[in-house]
Amino acid sequence: MILQVNNVTKQFGGLTAVKNVTFDLPPGQILGLIGPNGAGKTTLFNCINGVYTPTRGKVSFRGEDITGAPTYRAARLGLARTHQIVRPLNELTVRENVIVGACYGREGLGLAKAEHVADEVLAFVGLAARANLLAGSLNVAQKKRLEMARALAARPYLLLLDEVLAGLNTAEVSGMIATIRQIREQGVTIIMIEHIMHAVMNLSDRIIVLNYGEMIAAGTPEEVSQNPQVIEAYLGDPELAARLLEEEKR
Amino acid sequence: MKTLRSPGLWLPLLLVAAFAVYPLITGSASTRESMFTVLMSVALASSLNILLGYTGYVSFGHIVFFGLGGYVGFYLIDEQGWHLFPAALLGGVAAGLLALLLGLSILRLRGAYFALATIGINEAMKAFAKQFALFGGPNGMELNFAIYRGYGGANAALWLVFWSLAVLALVVIFVSFKVKKSKFGLGLMAIREDEDAAEVMGVVAPRAKTWAYVLSAIFPGMIGVLFFFKNGVIEPESAFRLHLSIELLVMVMLGGQGTVLGPALGGAAYQSLRRTLLTSPMFRDIQLVVAGVLLLLIVLFIPSGAVGWLRSRWAALRRVLE
Ligand SMILES: Nc1ncnc2c1ncn2[C@@H]1O[C@H](COP(=O)(O)OP(=O)(O)O)[C@@H](O)[C@H]1O
Ligand SMILES: [Mg+2]
Repeated sequence: MILQVNNVTKQFGGLTAVKNVTFDLPPGQILGLIGPNGAGKTTLFNCINGVYTPTRGKVSFRGEDITGAPTYRAARLGLARTHQIVRPLNELTVRENVIVGACYGREGLGLAKAEHVADEVLAFVGLAARANLLAGSLNVAQKKRLEMARALAARPYLLLLDEVLAGLNTAEVSGMIATIRQIREQGVTIIMIEHIMHAVMNLSDRIIVLNYGEMIAAGTPEEVSQNPQVIEAYLGDPELAARLLEEEKR
Repeated sequence: MKTLRSPGLWLPLLLVAAFAVYPLITGSASTRESMFTVLMSVALASSLNILLGYTGYVSFGHIVFFGLGGYVGFYLIDEQGWHLFPAALLGGVAAGLLALLLGLSILRLRGAYFALATIGINEAMKAFAKQFALFGGPNGMELNFAIYRGYGGANAALWLVFWSLAVLALVVIFVSFKVKKSKFGLGLMAIREDEDAAEVMGVVAPRAKTWAYVLSAIFPGMIGVLFFFKNGVIEPESAFRLHLSIELLVMVMLGGQGTVLGPALGGAAYQSLRRTLLTSPMFRDIQLVVAGVLLLLIVLFIPSGAVGWLRSRWAALRRVLE
Protein backbone atom coordinates (compact mmCIF):
# COMPACT_ATOMS: atom_id res chain seq x y z
CA MET A 1 0.00 0.00 0.00
CA ILE A 2 1.28 3.43 -0.87
CA LEU A 3 -1.00 5.17 1.63
CA GLN A 4 -2.76 3.90 4.71
CA VAL A 5 -5.26 6.13 6.46
CA ASN A 6 -6.31 4.67 9.75
CA ASN A 7 -9.23 6.00 11.80
CA VAL A 8 -8.35 9.58 11.08
CA THR A 9 -10.42 12.17 12.93
CA LYS A 10 -9.98 15.91 12.83
CA GLN A 11 -11.86 18.26 15.09
CA PHE A 12 -11.95 22.04 15.03
CA GLY A 13 -13.25 22.99 18.43
CA GLY A 14 -16.66 21.41 18.57
CA LEU A 15 -16.82 20.64 14.86
CA THR A 16 -15.73 17.22 13.65
CA ALA A 17 -14.61 17.88 10.09
CA VAL A 18 -13.30 14.35 9.48
CA LYS A 19 -14.60 11.41 11.45
CA ASN A 20 -12.90 8.00 11.69
CA VAL A 21 -11.85 7.74 8.07
CA THR A 22 -10.01 4.57 7.14
CA PHE A 23 -8.80 3.42 3.76
CA ASP A 24 -5.83 1.84 2.02
CA LEU A 25 -4.58 2.97 -1.33
CA PRO A 26 -2.69 0.56 -3.59
CA PRO A 27 -0.11 2.10 -5.92
CA GLY A 28 -1.02 3.02 -9.48
CA GLN A 29 -4.67 3.79 -8.82
CA ILE A 30 -6.76 6.89 -9.08
CA LEU A 31 -8.94 7.32 -6.03
CA GLY A 32 -11.84 9.76 -6.31
CA LEU A 33 -12.87 11.64 -3.18
CA ILE A 34 -16.33 13.13 -3.40
CA GLY A 35 -18.90 14.64 -1.09
CA PRO A 36 -20.89 17.83 -0.69
CA ASN A 37 -19.23 21.15 0.16
CA GLY A 38 -17.97 21.14 3.71
CA ALA A 39 -17.88 17.34 3.87
CA GLY A 40 -14.26 17.39 5.03
CA LYS A 41 -12.46 16.44 1.82
CA THR A 42 -9.87 19.20 1.91
CA THR A 43 -9.41 18.67 5.63
CA LEU A 44 -8.66 15.00 4.95
CA PHE A 45 -5.97 16.05 2.46
CA ASN A 46 -4.59 18.41 5.06
CA CYS A 47 -4.40 15.56 7.56
CA ILE A 48 -2.63 13.35 5.04
CA ASN A 49 0.12 15.75 4.02
CA GLY A 50 0.65 17.28 7.45
CA VAL A 51 -1.00 20.69 7.20
CA TYR A 52 -3.04 19.51 10.17
CA THR A 53 -2.18 16.95 12.80
CA PRO A 54 -5.16 14.62 13.06
CA THR A 55 -6.94 14.72 16.40
CA ARG A 56 -6.84 10.92 16.32
CA GLY A 57 -5.71 8.25 13.92
CA LYS A 58 -2.69 7.44 11.84
CA VAL A 59 -1.40 8.15 8.34
CA SER A 60 1.31 5.98 6.78
CA PHE A 61 2.95 6.76 3.49
CA ARG A 62 4.96 4.01 1.83
CA GLY A 63 5.18 2.21 5.15
CA GLU A 64 6.37 5.24 7.07
CA ASP A 65 4.28 6.86 9.80
CA ILE A 66 3.83 10.50 8.81
CA THR A 67 0.99 11.38 11.18
CA GLY A 68 1.38 15.03 12.08
CA ALA A 69 4.82 15.27 10.45
CA PRO A 70 5.59 18.63 8.85
CA THR A 71 4.38 19.10 5.30
CA TYR A 72 7.93 19.30 3.92
CA ARG A 73 8.61 15.81 5.25
CA ALA A 74 5.71 14.37 3.26
CA ALA A 75 6.88 16.33 0.23
CA ARG A 76 10.41 14.94 0.48
CA LEU A 77 9.03 11.41 0.80
CA GLY A 78 7.19 11.80 -2.49
CA LEU A 79 3.78 13.18 -1.63
CA ALA A 80 2.78 16.24 -3.64
CA ARG A 81 -0.48 18.17 -3.67
CA THR A 82 -2.35 21.01 -5.26
CA HIS A 83 -4.45 23.55 -3.38
CA GLN A 84 -8.15 24.06 -3.95
CA ILE A 85 -7.57 27.77 -3.44
CA VAL A 86 -4.51 28.29 -5.57
CA ARG A 87 -1.33 29.47 -3.88
CA PRO A 88 1.05 30.73 -6.54
CA LEU A 89 4.35 32.29 -5.46
CA ASN A 90 3.23 35.55 -7.01
CA GLU A 91 6.45 37.48 -7.36
CA LEU A 92 8.33 34.54 -8.84
CA THR A 93 7.98 33.55 -12.46
CA VAL A 94 5.89 30.57 -13.51
CA ARG A 95 9.10 28.72 -14.28
CA GLU A 96 10.64 29.56 -10.90
CA ASN A 97 7.51 28.28 -9.18
CA VAL A 98 7.93 24.94 -10.88
CA ILE A 99 11.68 24.86 -10.23
CA VAL A 100 10.90 25.14 -6.51
CA GLY A 101 8.79 22.01 -6.86
CA ALA A 102 11.61 20.14 -8.59
CA CYS A 103 14.34 21.39 -6.25
CA TYR A 104 12.58 20.54 -3.03
CA GLY A 105 10.41 17.60 -4.05
CA ARG A 106 11.14 13.91 -3.81
CA GLU A 107 14.29 14.02 -5.90
CA GLY A 108 15.62 17.25 -4.38
CA LEU A 109 17.30 18.17 -7.65
CA GLY A 110 20.04 20.74 -8.08
CA LEU A 111 19.14 23.96 -9.89
CA ALA A 112 20.37 22.97 -13.34
CA LYS A 113 18.51 19.65 -13.39
CA ALA A 114 15.46 21.24 -11.80
CA GLU A 115 15.31 23.82 -14.59
CA HIS A 116 15.29 21.02 -17.09
CA VAL A 117 12.48 19.17 -15.32
CA ALA A 118 10.53 22.41 -14.96
CA ASP A 119 10.63 23.07 -18.69
CA GLU A 120 9.50 19.54 -19.37
CA VAL A 121 6.59 19.77 -16.94
CA LEU A 122 5.58 23.22 -18.15
CA ALA A 123 5.34 21.90 -21.70
CA PHE A 124 3.34 18.92 -20.42
CA VAL A 125 0.70 21.06 -18.67
CA GLY A 126 0.66 23.60 -21.48
CA LEU A 127 2.23 26.55 -19.70
CA ALA A 128 5.50 26.70 -21.62
CA ALA A 129 4.55 29.91 -23.39
CA ARG A 130 3.96 31.62 -20.03
CA ALA A 131 7.09 30.33 -18.31
CA ASN A 132 8.67 33.74 -17.83
CA LEU A 133 5.60 35.62 -16.64
CA LEU A 134 5.10 36.35 -12.98
CA ALA A 135 2.88 33.67 -11.47
CA GLY A 136 0.63 36.35 -10.03
CA SER A 137 -0.32 37.46 -13.53
CA LEU A 138 -1.90 34.14 -14.58
CA ASN A 139 -5.65 33.62 -14.76
CA VAL A 140 -7.36 31.04 -12.55
CA ALA A 141 -7.25 28.17 -15.05
CA GLN A 142 -3.55 28.80 -15.60
CA LYS A 143 -2.92 29.00 -11.88
CA LYS A 144 -4.58 25.59 -11.48
CA ARG A 145 -2.22 24.25 -14.10
CA LEU A 146 0.65 25.85 -12.27
CA GLU A 147 -0.37 24.10 -9.05
CA MET A 148 -0.36 20.88 -11.00
CA ALA A 149 3.00 21.61 -12.64
CA ARG A 150 4.66 22.38 -9.32
CA ALA A 151 3.36 19.14 -7.85
CA LEU A 152 4.45 17.11 -10.86
CA ALA A 153 7.91 18.63 -10.93
CA ALA A 154 8.44 17.05 -7.52
CA ARG A 155 8.17 13.65 -9.29
CA PRO A 156 5.86 12.37 -6.53
CA TYR A 157 4.76 8.81 -5.86
CA LEU A 158 1.40 10.12 -4.71
CA LEU A 159 -0.38 13.19 -6.00
CA LEU A 160 -3.29 14.82 -4.15
CA LEU A 161 -5.45 16.91 -6.49
CA ASP A 162 -7.93 19.24 -4.81
CA GLU A 163 -10.58 20.36 -7.30
CA VAL A 164 -8.25 21.03 -10.19
CA LEU A 165 -11.22 21.10 -12.56
CA ALA A 166 -13.29 23.64 -10.66
CA GLY A 167 -13.74 26.91 -12.49
CA LEU A 168 -12.45 25.60 -15.80
CA ASN A 169 -14.48 25.77 -19.00
CA THR A 170 -15.49 22.63 -20.93
CA ALA A 171 -12.46 22.64 -23.18
CA GLU A 172 -10.12 23.22 -20.27
CA VAL A 173 -11.79 20.39 -18.33
CA SER A 174 -11.23 17.91 -21.14
CA GLY A 175 -7.65 19.07 -21.45
CA MET A 176 -7.07 18.57 -17.74
CA ILE A 177 -8.73 15.14 -17.75
CA ALA A 178 -6.37 14.04 -20.49
CA THR A 179 -3.47 15.42 -18.48
CA ILE A 180 -4.53 13.48 -15.37
CA ARG A 181 -4.77 10.27 -17.40
CA GLN A 182 -1.27 10.79 -18.70
CA ILE A 183 0.05 11.37 -15.20
CA ARG A 184 -1.43 8.08 -14.08
CA GLU A 185 0.13 6.35 -17.05
CA GLN A 186 3.47 7.57 -15.82
CA GLY A 187 2.85 5.47 -12.72
CA VAL A 188 1.83 8.19 -10.29
CA THR A 189 -0.87 7.27 -7.77
CA ILE A 190 -3.56 9.93 -7.48
CA ILE A 191 -6.27 10.97 -5.06
CA MET A 192 -8.57 13.53 -6.61
CA ILE A 193 -11.24 15.63 -4.98
CA GLU A 194 -13.71 16.61 -7.63
CA HIS A 195 -17.21 17.94 -8.06
CA ILE A 196 -17.49 17.37 -11.78
CA MET A 197 -19.11 13.96 -11.60
CA HIS A 198 -18.51 12.62 -15.05
CA ALA A 199 -14.83 13.36 -14.63
CA VAL A 200 -14.47 11.54 -11.29
CA MET A 201 -16.63 8.65 -12.36
CA ASN A 202 -14.56 8.07 -15.44
CA LEU A 203 -11.09 8.72 -14.14
CA SER A 204 -11.33 6.89 -10.82
CA ASP A 205 -10.61 3.25 -10.18
CA ARG A 206 -12.27 3.60 -6.81
CA ILE A 207 -14.30 6.29 -5.10
CA ILE A 208 -14.74 7.31 -1.49
CA VAL A 209 -17.73 9.40 -0.46
CA LEU A 210 -17.56 11.71 2.55
CA ASN A 211 -20.58 13.29 4.16
CA TYR A 212 -20.31 15.43 7.32
CA GLY A 213 -16.80 14.06 7.79
CA GLU A 214 -17.87 10.43 7.64
CA MET A 215 -17.05 7.94 4.96
CA ILE A 216 -20.48 6.83 3.87
CA ALA A 217 -19.44 4.71 0.91
CA ALA A 218 -16.43 3.29 -0.88
CA GLY A 219 -16.14 1.21 -4.02
CA THR A 220 -15.98 1.31 -7.77
CA PRO A 221 -17.71 4.20 -9.54
CA GLU A 222 -20.62 1.88 -10.42
CA GLU A 223 -21.05 0.65 -6.85
CA VAL A 224 -20.87 4.09 -5.38
CA SER A 225 -23.29 5.63 -7.84
CA GLN A 226 -25.85 2.96 -7.02
CA ASN A 227 -25.46 3.24 -3.26
CA PRO A 228 -28.78 4.58 -1.90
CA GLN A 229 -27.10 6.47 0.92
CA VAL A 230 -24.87 8.27 -1.54
CA ILE A 231 -27.76 9.07 -3.78
CA GLU A 232 -29.67 10.54 -0.90
CA ALA A 233 -26.81 12.43 0.69
CA TYR A 234 -25.12 13.68 -2.30
CA LEU A 235 -26.22 12.92 -5.75
CA GLY A 236 -29.84 13.75 -4.99
CA ASP A 237 -31.17 12.54 -8.28
CA PRO A 238 -31.14 8.70 -8.35
CA GLU A 239 -30.75 8.66 -12.11
CA LEU A 240 -27.94 11.20 -12.17
CA ALA A 241 -25.00 8.91 -11.56
CA ALA A 242 -26.13 6.34 -14.04
CA ARG A 243 -26.68 9.03 -16.63
CA LEU A 244 -23.27 10.50 -16.05
CA LEU A 245 -21.62 7.15 -16.54
CA GLU A 246 -23.59 6.62 -19.73
CA GLU A 247 -22.74 10.05 -21.03
CA GLU A 248 -19.06 9.43 -20.82
CA LYS A 249 -19.21 6.03 -22.48
CA ARG A 250 -20.82 7.45 -25.56
CA MET B 1 33.00 32.27 -15.30
CA LYS B 2 29.36 32.75 -16.13
CA THR B 3 28.62 34.47 -12.83
CA LEU B 4 31.21 37.18 -13.39
CA ARG B 5 29.87 38.04 -16.82
CA SER B 6 26.42 38.72 -15.39
CA PRO B 7 25.72 42.46 -15.21
CA GLY B 8 23.49 41.71 -12.24
CA LEU B 9 26.69 41.00 -10.35
CA TRP B 10 29.28 43.36 -11.73
CA LEU B 11 27.08 46.45 -11.72
CA PRO B 12 26.77 46.48 -7.92
CA LEU B 13 30.39 45.35 -7.59
CA LEU B 14 31.48 48.28 -9.77
CA LEU B 15 29.38 50.65 -7.71
CA VAL B 16 31.01 49.48 -4.50
CA ALA B 17 34.46 49.58 -6.08
CA ALA B 18 33.83 53.16 -7.13
CA PHE B 19 33.03 54.17 -3.54
CA ALA B 20 36.17 52.42 -2.41
CA VAL B 21 38.46 54.03 -4.95
CA TYR B 22 37.08 57.55 -4.58
CA PRO B 23 39.08 58.47 -1.44
CA LEU B 24 42.19 57.09 -3.11
CA ILE B 25 41.79 59.71 -5.83
CA THR B 26 41.12 62.58 -3.46
CA GLY B 27 43.57 61.19 -0.92
CA SER B 28 41.74 63.05 1.82
CA ALA B 29 40.77 61.66 5.18
CA SER B 30 37.36 63.30 5.04
CA THR B 31 36.32 61.58 1.80
CA ARG B 32 37.64 58.36 3.28
CA GLU B 33 35.41 58.87 6.30
CA SER B 34 32.30 59.64 4.29
CA MET B 35 32.96 56.68 1.96
CA PHE B 36 33.48 54.52 5.04
CA THR B 37 29.95 55.40 6.12
CA VAL B 38 28.62 54.71 2.63
CA LEU B 39 30.38 51.35 2.32
CA MET B 40 29.25 50.37 5.77
CA SER B 41 25.64 51.22 4.91
CA VAL B 42 25.88 49.31 1.64
CA ALA B 43 27.29 46.22 3.32
CA LEU B 44 24.86 46.31 6.26
CA ALA B 45 21.85 46.92 4.04
CA SER B 46 22.88 44.13 1.67
CA SER B 47 23.24 41.74 4.61
CA LEU B 48 19.85 42.69 5.99
CA ASN B 49 18.43 42.18 2.51
CA ILE B 50 19.18 38.45 2.66
CA LEU B 51 16.64 38.19 5.46
CA LEU B 52 14.31 41.05 4.60
CA GLY B 53 14.37 40.98 0.82
CA TYR B 54 14.91 37.33 0.01
CA THR B 55 13.18 35.65 2.95
CA GLY B 56 10.55 38.30 3.68
CA TYR B 57 11.23 38.60 7.41
CA VAL B 58 11.39 42.13 8.76
CA SER B 59 14.12 42.50 11.35
CA PHE B 60 13.87 45.80 13.17
CA GLY B 61 16.75 45.01 15.46
CA HIS B 62 19.35 43.80 13.01
CA ILE B 63 21.92 46.16 14.45
CA VAL B 64 22.23 43.79 17.42
CA PHE B 65 24.65 41.72 15.34
CA PHE B 66 26.75 44.77 14.53
CA GLY B 67 26.86 45.61 18.22
CA LEU B 68 27.60 42.13 19.49
CA GLY B 69 30.27 41.49 16.85
CA GLY B 70 31.76 44.89 17.61
CA TYR B 71 31.94 44.11 21.32
CA VAL B 72 33.48 40.67 20.87
CA GLY B 73 36.08 41.91 18.39
CA PHE B 74 36.85 45.00 20.42
CA TYR B 75 37.39 42.90 23.51
CA LEU B 76 39.73 40.56 21.65
CA ILE B 77 41.78 43.42 20.21
CA ASP B 78 41.84 45.59 23.30
CA GLU B 79 42.07 43.07 26.11
CA GLN B 80 43.54 40.01 24.43
CA GLY B 81 45.88 41.72 21.98
CA TRP B 82 44.44 40.07 18.87
CA HIS B 83 45.07 41.46 15.42
CA LEU B 84 42.12 43.18 13.72
CA PHE B 85 41.54 40.44 11.14
CA PRO B 86 41.03 37.39 13.35
CA ALA B 87 39.10 39.59 15.77
CA ALA B 88 36.76 40.66 12.95
CA LEU B 89 36.30 37.04 11.94
CA LEU B 90 35.40 36.09 15.47
CA GLY B 91 33.03 39.04 15.71
CA GLY B 92 31.28 37.59 12.69
CA VAL B 93 31.22 34.13 14.23
CA ALA B 94 29.74 35.49 17.46
CA ALA B 95 27.00 37.32 15.56
CA GLY B 96 26.32 34.20 13.50
CA LEU B 97 26.05 32.08 16.62
CA LEU B 98 23.60 34.50 18.21
CA ALA B 99 21.51 34.37 15.03
CA LEU B 100 21.64 30.58 15.07
CA LEU B 101 20.35 30.46 18.62
CA LEU B 102 17.68 33.07 17.95
CA GLY B 103 16.76 31.48 14.66
CA LEU B 104 15.74 28.28 16.35
CA SER B 105 13.37 30.21 18.61
CA ILE B 106 12.05 33.53 17.32
CA LEU B 107 11.98 32.59 13.64
CA ARG B 108 8.95 30.54 14.49
CA LEU B 109 7.17 33.86 14.87
CA ARG B 110 5.78 35.43 11.77
CA GLY B 111 5.15 38.96 10.57
CA ALA B 112 4.92 41.67 13.17
CA TYR B 113 5.67 39.26 16.02
CA PHE B 114 9.07 38.46 14.61
CA ALA B 115 9.80 42.13 13.96
CA LEU B 116 8.90 43.01 17.55
CA ALA B 117 10.97 40.15 18.94
CA THR B 118 14.05 41.46 17.10
CA ILE B 119 13.64 44.83 18.79
CA GLY B 120 13.38 43.07 22.13
CA ILE B 121 16.60 41.17 21.47
CA ASN B 122 18.48 44.36 20.65
CA GLU B 123 17.30 46.04 23.82
CA ALA B 124 18.08 42.93 25.86
CA MET B 125 21.63 42.82 24.47
CA LYS B 126 22.08 46.48 25.27
CA ALA B 127 20.93 45.89 28.83
CA PHE B 128 23.23 42.91 29.07
CA ALA B 129 26.23 44.89 27.80
CA LYS B 130 25.55 47.54 30.43
CA GLN B 131 25.79 44.90 33.14
CA PHE B 132 28.63 42.81 31.74
CA ALA B 133 31.83 43.76 33.53
CA LEU B 134 34.11 41.98 31.06
CA PHE B 135 32.90 44.36 28.35
CA GLY B 136 33.27 47.39 30.58
CA GLY B 137 29.67 47.64 31.76
CA PRO B 138 27.85 50.92 31.11
CA ASN B 139 31.07 52.74 30.18
CA GLY B 140 32.12 50.24 27.55
CA MET B 141 35.73 49.99 26.48
CA GLU B 142 38.31 52.35 25.08
CA LEU B 143 41.11 51.29 22.80
CA ASN B 144 44.63 51.85 24.02
CA PHE B 145 46.20 54.11 21.41
CA ALA B 146 49.39 52.13 21.54
CA ILE B 147 47.57 49.35 19.72
CA TYR B 148 47.59 51.37 16.49
CA ARG B 149 51.38 51.22 16.54
CA GLY B 150 51.17 47.58 15.59
CA TYR B 151 49.52 48.69 12.34
CA GLY B 152 52.13 51.33 11.47
CA GLY B 153 50.44 54.21 13.26
CA ALA B 154 46.91 55.54 13.54
CA ASN B 155 46.73 56.79 9.97
CA ALA B 156 47.83 53.49 8.47
CA ALA B 157 45.39 51.68 10.73
CA LEU B 158 42.53 53.85 9.52
CA TRP B 159 43.36 53.11 5.89
CA LEU B 160 43.65 49.41 6.68
CA VAL B 161 40.18 49.45 8.23
CA PHE B 162 38.86 51.27 5.20
CA TRP B 163 40.27 48.75 2.75
CA SER B 164 39.06 45.86 4.88
CA LEU B 165 35.57 47.30 4.83
CA ALA B 166 35.73 47.79 1.06
CA VAL B 167 36.72 44.16 0.55
CA LEU B 168 34.01 43.03 2.94
CA ALA B 169 31.40 45.10 1.09
CA LEU B 170 32.43 43.45 -2.19
CA VAL B 171 32.20 40.02 -0.55
CA VAL B 172 28.72 40.82 0.79
CA ILE B 173 27.54 41.80 -2.70
CA PHE B 174 29.03 38.65 -4.16
CA VAL B 175 27.39 36.46 -1.51
CA SER B 176 24.09 38.28 -1.95
CA PHE B 177 24.18 37.57 -5.68
CA LYS B 178 25.20 33.96 -5.22
CA VAL B 179 22.43 33.37 -2.69
CA LYS B 180 19.86 34.93 -4.97
CA LYS B 181 20.91 32.66 -7.84
CA SER B 182 21.09 29.47 -5.78
CA LYS B 183 18.68 26.71 -4.87
CA PHE B 184 18.91 27.91 -1.28
CA GLY B 185 17.92 31.42 -2.36
CA LEU B 186 15.01 30.12 -4.39
CA GLY B 187 13.78 28.34 -1.28
CA LEU B 188 14.05 31.61 0.65
CA MET B 189 12.06 33.47 -1.97
CA ALA B 190 9.43 30.74 -1.92
CA ILE B 191 9.18 31.27 1.84
CA ARG B 192 8.85 35.01 1.28
CA GLU B 193 5.96 34.51 -1.14
CA ASP B 194 4.04 31.90 0.85
CA GLU B 195 5.74 30.04 3.65
CA ASP B 196 3.08 27.35 4.02
CA ALA B 197 2.97 26.65 0.31
CA ALA B 198 6.76 26.52 0.24
CA GLU B 199 6.75 23.88 2.96
CA VAL B 200 4.12 21.87 1.12
CA MET B 201 6.55 21.87 -1.82
CA GLY B 202 9.26 20.53 0.46
CA VAL B 203 11.18 23.62 1.51
CA VAL B 204 12.36 22.99 5.07
CA ALA B 205 11.46 26.50 6.13
CA PRO B 206 12.74 26.44 9.72
CA ARG B 207 16.19 25.39 8.54
CA ALA B 208 16.32 27.71 5.51
CA LYS B 209 15.17 30.72 7.52
CA THR B 210 17.72 30.05 10.22
CA TRP B 211 20.59 29.91 7.72
CA ALA B 212 19.37 33.07 6.06
CA TYR B 213 19.33 34.75 9.45
CA VAL B 214 22.82 33.49 10.28
CA LEU B 215 24.17 34.62 6.93
CA SER B 216 22.59 38.05 7.31
CA ALA B 217 24.14 38.35 10.80
CA ILE B 218 27.74 37.31 10.13
CA PHE B 219 28.72 40.32 8.02
CA PRO B 220 27.22 42.94 10.36
CA GLY B 221 29.18 41.24 13.14
CA MET B 222 32.43 41.66 11.22
CA ILE B 223 31.61 45.22 10.19
CA GLY B 224 30.95 46.07 13.83
CA VAL B 225 34.51 45.08 14.67
CA LEU B 226 35.94 47.27 11.90
CA PHE B 227 33.76 50.21 12.87
CA PHE B 228 34.54 50.18 16.57
CA PHE B 229 38.23 49.54 15.98
CA LYS B 230 38.26 52.72 13.90
CA ASN B 231 36.10 54.48 16.46
CA GLY B 232 38.42 53.62 19.32
CA VAL B 233 35.52 53.45 21.76
CA ILE B 234 32.61 51.09 22.22
CA GLU B 235 29.72 51.54 24.61
CA PRO B 236 26.25 50.00 24.88
CA GLU B 237 24.43 53.05 23.55
CA SER B 238 26.56 53.30 20.41
CA ALA B 239 26.72 49.56 19.74
CA PHE B 240 23.00 48.83 19.84
CA ARG B 241 21.51 51.93 18.20
CA LEU B 242 17.98 50.95 17.28
CA HIS B 243 17.55 53.90 14.95
CA LEU B 244 20.42 52.63 12.82
CA SER B 245 18.40 49.45 12.40
CA ILE B 246 15.48 51.43 11.12
CA GLU B 247 17.69 53.43 8.79
CA LEU B 248 18.94 50.13 7.37
CA LEU B 249 15.36 49.12 6.61
CA VAL B 250 14.85 52.42 4.82
CA MET B 251 17.98 51.84 2.73
CA VAL B 252 16.89 48.35 1.67
CA MET B 253 13.37 49.46 0.88
CA LEU B 254 14.52 52.58 -0.92
CA GLY B 255 16.87 50.73 -3.25
CA GLY B 256 14.68 47.68 -3.69
CA GLN B 257 14.27 44.72 -1.35
CA GLY B 258 15.08 41.36 -2.80
CA THR B 259 17.47 42.76 -5.40
CA VAL B 260 21.27 42.70 -5.30
CA LEU B 261 21.82 46.22 -6.55
CA GLY B 262 18.97 47.81 -4.60
CA PRO B 263 20.41 47.79 -1.06
CA ALA B 264 23.77 49.03 -2.39
CA LEU B 265 22.10 51.86 -4.22
CA GLY B 266 19.73 52.54 -1.33
CA GLY B 267 22.54 52.60 1.21
CA ALA B 268 24.52 55.09 -0.84
CA ALA B 269 21.51 57.26 -1.65
CA TYR B 270 20.33 57.34 1.92
CA GLN B 271 23.74 58.34 3.23
CA SER B 272 24.11 61.18 0.76
CA LEU B 273 20.64 62.39 1.68
CA ARG B 274 21.52 62.16 5.33
CA ARG B 275 24.73 64.11 4.83
CA THR B 276 22.80 66.91 3.22
CA LEU B 277 20.32 66.90 6.05
CA LEU B 278 23.04 66.90 8.68
CA THR B 279 24.64 70.01 7.25
CA SER B 280 21.33 71.82 7.11
CA PRO B 281 20.53 73.15 10.57
CA MET B 282 16.83 73.00 9.80
CA PHE B 283 16.87 69.26 9.29
CA ARG B 284 19.64 68.16 11.58
CA ASP B 285 17.38 67.39 14.49
CA ILE B 286 14.70 65.67 12.53
CA GLN B 287 16.69 63.24 10.39
CA LEU B 288 14.91 60.26 11.94
CA VAL B 289 11.57 61.83 11.19
CA VAL B 290 12.72 62.23 7.62
CA ALA B 291 13.71 58.55 7.56
CA GLY B 292 10.28 57.61 8.86
CA VAL B 293 8.45 59.73 6.32
CA LEU B 294 10.68 58.36 3.58
CA LEU B 295 9.87 54.81 4.64
CA LEU B 296 6.17 55.62 4.58
CA LEU B 297 6.40 57.14 1.11
CA ILE B 298 8.31 54.14 -0.23
CA VAL B 299 5.87 51.64 1.24
CA LEU B 300 2.94 53.59 -0.18
CA PHE B 301 4.24 54.48 -3.63
CA ILE B 302 7.17 52.29 -4.62
CA PRO B 303 6.93 49.23 -2.38
CA SER B 304 9.44 47.37 -4.53
CA GLY B 305 12.01 50.18 -4.27
CA ALA B 306 13.94 51.93 -7.02
CA VAL B 307 15.47 48.83 -8.61
CA GLY B 308 12.26 46.85 -8.29
CA TRP B 309 10.37 49.69 -9.93
CA LEU B 310 12.85 49.91 -12.81
CA ARG B 311 12.67 46.15 -13.32
CA SER B 312 8.91 46.11 -13.51
CA ARG B 313 8.79 49.24 -15.66
CA TRP B 314 11.26 48.05 -18.30
CA ALA B 315 11.34 44.30 -18.88
CA ALA B 316 14.67 44.63 -20.70
CA LEU B 317 16.28 45.80 -17.47
CA ARG B 318 15.46 42.51 -15.80
CA ARG B 319 18.42 40.87 -17.43
CA VAL B 320 20.74 43.68 -16.36
CA LEU B 321 19.56 44.54 -12.85
CA GLU B 322 19.34 41.78 -10.30
N1 LIG C 1 -9.01 25.54 9.81
C1 LIG C 1 -10.30 25.30 10.09
N2 LIG C 1 -10.84 25.76 11.22
C2 LIG C 1 -12.14 25.54 11.52
N3 LIG C 1 -12.98 24.87 10.72
C3 LIG C 1 -12.50 24.38 9.57
C4 LIG C 1 -11.14 24.58 9.18
N4 LIG C 1 -10.95 23.98 7.98
C5 LIG C 1 -12.12 23.45 7.64
N5 LIG C 1 -13.07 23.66 8.59
C6 LIG C 1 -14.45 23.20 8.56
O1 LIG C 1 -14.41 21.82 8.35
C7 LIG C 1 -15.46 21.42 7.49
C8 LIG C 1 -14.90 20.70 6.30
O2 LIG C 1 -14.26 21.62 5.45
P1 LIG C 1 -13.48 21.18 4.15
O3 LIG C 1 -12.56 20.08 4.49
O4 LIG C 1 -12.87 22.39 3.55
O5 LIG C 1 -14.65 20.66 3.23
P2 LIG C 1 -14.64 20.25 1.70
O6 LIG C 1 -13.25 20.37 1.18
O7 LIG C 1 -15.17 18.87 1.66
O8 LIG C 1 -15.57 21.21 1.02
C9 LIG C 1 -16.22 22.68 7.13
O9 LIG C 1 -17.33 22.78 7.98
C10 LIG C 1 -15.24 23.78 7.40
O10 LIG C 1 -15.89 24.96 7.75
MG1 LIG D 1 -12.46 21.55 -0.29
